[in-house]
Amino acid sequence: MGPEVLAARFRQALPAGVDHATLRWVDERRTHLEVRDDVLEPPEDVRSVGAMVTVRKGSGQGYAATSDLSPSGLRAAVAEATRWAERTSGRMVFDPREVPTAVPSGAQASRVGTVWDAVPLADRVARLAAACKGLDVDGRIVARSASVIAAQVHQVLLTSDGGEVTRTWHGVTPELEAVAHYEGVTQRRTLGGFRGASQQGGVEVLDRFDYDGQARRVGDQAVELVLADNCPSGAMDVLIAPDQMMLQIHESIGHPLELDRILGDERNYAGTSFVTADMFGTYQYGSSLLNVSFDPTVDDEFASYAFDDDGTPASKVMLIDRGVLLRPLGSVTSGARAGMAALANSRASSWNRPPIDRMANINLEPGTDSVDALIGRVRRGVWMETNLSWSIDDSRNKFQFGCEYAREIVDGRLGRVLRNPNYRGISARFWRSLAGVGDRSSWQVLGTPFCGKGEPNQVIRVGHASPVCLFTDVDVFGAA
Amino acid sequence: MAGIDWRAHLEALAARADALRRGDEAYGLYLTAERSDFVRFNRGLVRQPGTVQDAAVTVRWVHGRRHLAATFTLTGDVDGDTDRLGGAIASLRQTLPALPEDPYLLLPVDVVSTEQVGQGTVPDARDVVDEVVDWAQGAEPAHDLVGIYAGGTSVRGFANHLGQRNWFEAPGFVFDLCLVQGADRAVKATLAAPAWDGDAFRAQMAQAAADLAVLARPPKRLTPGDWRAFLTPAAMEEVYDLLCRGGFSANEQHRQRSCLGRLVADEVQLDPRVTLTEHTAGGIAPCFQSDGFVRPDAVALWVGGRHTGAMVSPRTAVELGVPHNGADADEVPQSLHLHGGELPMADARARLGTGVWVSNLWYTNHSDMQSARITGLTRFATLWVEGGEAVAPVEVMRFDDSVYALFGERLEALTTETAFLADTGTYGWRSTRSQRLPGALVAGLTLTL
Repeated sequence: MGPEVLAARFRQALPAGVDHATLRWVDERRTHLEVRDDVLEPPEDVRSVGAMVTVRKGSGQGYAATSDLSPSGLRAAVAEATRWAERTSGRMVFDPREVPTAVPSGAQASRVGTVWDAVPLADRVARLAAACKGLDVDGRIVARSASVIAAQVHQVLLTSDGGEVTRTWHGVTPELEAVAHYEGVTQRRTLGGFRGASQQGGVEVLDRFDYDGQARRVGDQAVELVLADNCPSGAMDVLIAPDQMMLQIHESIGHPLELDRILGDERNYAGTSFVTADMFGTYQYGSSLLNVSFDPTVDDEFASYAFDDDGTPASKVMLIDRGVLLRPLGSVTSGARAGMAALANSRASSWNRPPIDRMANINLEPGTDSVDALIGRVRRGVWMETNLSWSIDDSRNKFQFGCEYAREIVDGRLGRVLRNPNYRGISARFWRSLAGVGDRSSWQVLGTPFCGKGEPNQVIRVGHASPVCLFTDVDVFGAA
Repeated sequence: MAGIDWRAHLEALAARADALRRGDEAYGLYLTAERSDFVRFNRGLVRQPGTVQDAAVTVRWVHGRRHLAATFTLTGDVDGDTDRLGGAIASLRQTLPALPEDPYLLLPVDVVSTEQVGQGTVPDARDVVDEVVDWAQGAEPAHDLVGIYAGGTSVRGFANHLGQRNWFEAPGFVFDLCLVQGADRAVKATLAAPAWDGDAFRAQMAQAAADLAVLARPPKRLTPGDWRAFLTPAAMEEVYDLLCRGGFSANEQHRQRSCLGRLVADEVQLDPRVTLTEHTAGGIAPCFQSDGFVRPDAVALWVGGRHTGAMVSPRTAVELGVPHNGADADEVPQSLHLHGGELPMADARARLGTGVWVSNLWYTNHSDMQSARITGLTRFATLWVEGGEAVAPVEVMRFDDSVYALFGERLEALTTETAFLADTGTYGWRSTRSQRLPGALVAGLTLTL
């Protein structure tokens, strides 16, 4: 169905007296292909198509989402959303009339070479089978898996005052996993932790992550880990690779800066924030080396886009500059509620969930140090790679993270491999211990399809780019 | 968005699949549908209200040992949806020869049809909004109520080429909310029922509002170390929810990926009073899974502190050469039941004496899979108890402890009463999972930060 047909049906369905309305149509196809221990798992191929209508009337607002896109189906959805708007007038936590509206116009599309799902299924299976076989490096490998999650999203946003934004998005998440077991010890090694190797694009995403070439390394390192010593405990320096930094940024910068959390919307589920509205502009979030951006403009990053799901144009915004907290992650709606500047982070997981504040791409800007120079500065510490476990409190302050793989650092040199590396800290202090930021050569563009938040619950794609970073005096520990 | 007869819809889809089937081809159809009202509240007012009408069908097409599935959205229009099914079947049939044979394929052979149709009246959510806002704003100052009302009818259906039919239809709602005292302190409440009862809502809110008083006192800051503690059923839910993620899966256990590996290998045992069952008969989930296999009423997972069984999907059954027990592909329990013990809930604070009353936990994850060590945080209304009385809220603390220790040598008692806890999750669809759990008194809970 083209935008013209949708627009005609939508506008014909709008009753008189509605102050403002939008229709957001989404057609998404997701596939999951996995070869596990040399056997193809049942392939998943899911297509979801529908539209959400949002109506503002007086001081009320409501939505209705439907998979019935016929003229009568859309009329019913508009009527339902209108009833919600009428019934909640004067009963909402904010006055929708105070939220500015715009008339967006534009089109956007992912850069994509070869669409993953356009490759013949037999060829995709063969590639994964070869990768799965490549993980089989040693008799101590007890489980192997090679998989790809891919998605294509076509979206149209229409507004009652003539706005129209179209979007085509392609993304791919390749993964490799090897589990090694030896003398009662089990260790897991992956390509991207929990799906951290995520970028926009097609088949070329696998090439960017050297997918076919990484299987042997992943398998070898799983075996290294079962033979490795346990990570030592104590306060020491930690040098964190980008595939763990993405999680650190996500949990202890991204989420606490979401303005809807600060406004209390998420207190029953995802939680609140240790950040309060009065901190912006003055609060020293981290050391002077900390520069963090909301950047939806990075080529191929998972959550790059030109407009958010409210039609707000997206651009790069510095959130933290030289350690000072500047801006929250608040949409036009949240910004109006809080009386703060807004940015384009109103996003929904699909047509059947309403947009809320999400973090999109949150990136830590590169510094000036080479990785070798950062290692050379460490007298006693640990290099950690690839997230394995994550936990953080309601206010996004007290965290504990575990990684898959570590190396000891002694007197400026990388040493033995360590297993079960963990560290914990408090966000409000941790970022002030940032002592070194890698240069662009260590900066990696990563992401994940799985950020959960919201009521009703939504899983959404986010991107994180970071260089290697050095932190001092961190509470490190291994397994019991 | 009027009601759609999804049962008739499934029959129409099955009729089209039957008409298209050739020779010894087989198929299965799994239908999911719901019409949901979702109303978010914040500060006792409405934040985001709406309605979602969603439905999808998964068609699995099988020829010999080759099979492939596709899932697509249903519009509710019979002609359009059956045409889309025809297109999907043609595409699947065309692709099948390119696939390898599946050595682990298992399909139902016997026809076991079932029907679960719940009784209840889904309320008009707009009326619920009025009652909630009136209650919250009727106080001076207004109650700071935050959370979500999710109500409507959930549907699951299965049909296959053998004529098997399984139908699940459950009206109802879950209202998951907090009354906030301030900052991160709150009393949590979850109301779940087939029909709305305004008087029951107001009575539960009145109790919750009374429970806020102790949270207003100056909080107690605990130091890291081992603390005597009582875990309420809601706190236990967070622990067992983590264990459900792979812990009870036969496949994950076989592949050394379960956090309960040492228990499965009988290298460790839990307290003999610990007995855990996947109790389909006592839950609210469909009694069949997406490939049409019907679950037994109960699967004994732990008996007397020892591992006795696992969740086994049909594929795993073939792979490992063991019987399946109707588990879904992810082998996650749907209706977990930890049996109660000997401690009356009314005596729990007295038995705790002095220690930490953990009302809720949050964000649990594994910190060392091999020793079943997990970490997480206290949340909402964790209280410091002295002489059997709650005297102050406790500042948020992180714990890091082994499940083997908490439900092994450090378990003092389980409560006699068990609480039925409906899963409030709404990722994709409204969850039909639940847990029935007692509270647990433990001699020590290790707090770390």
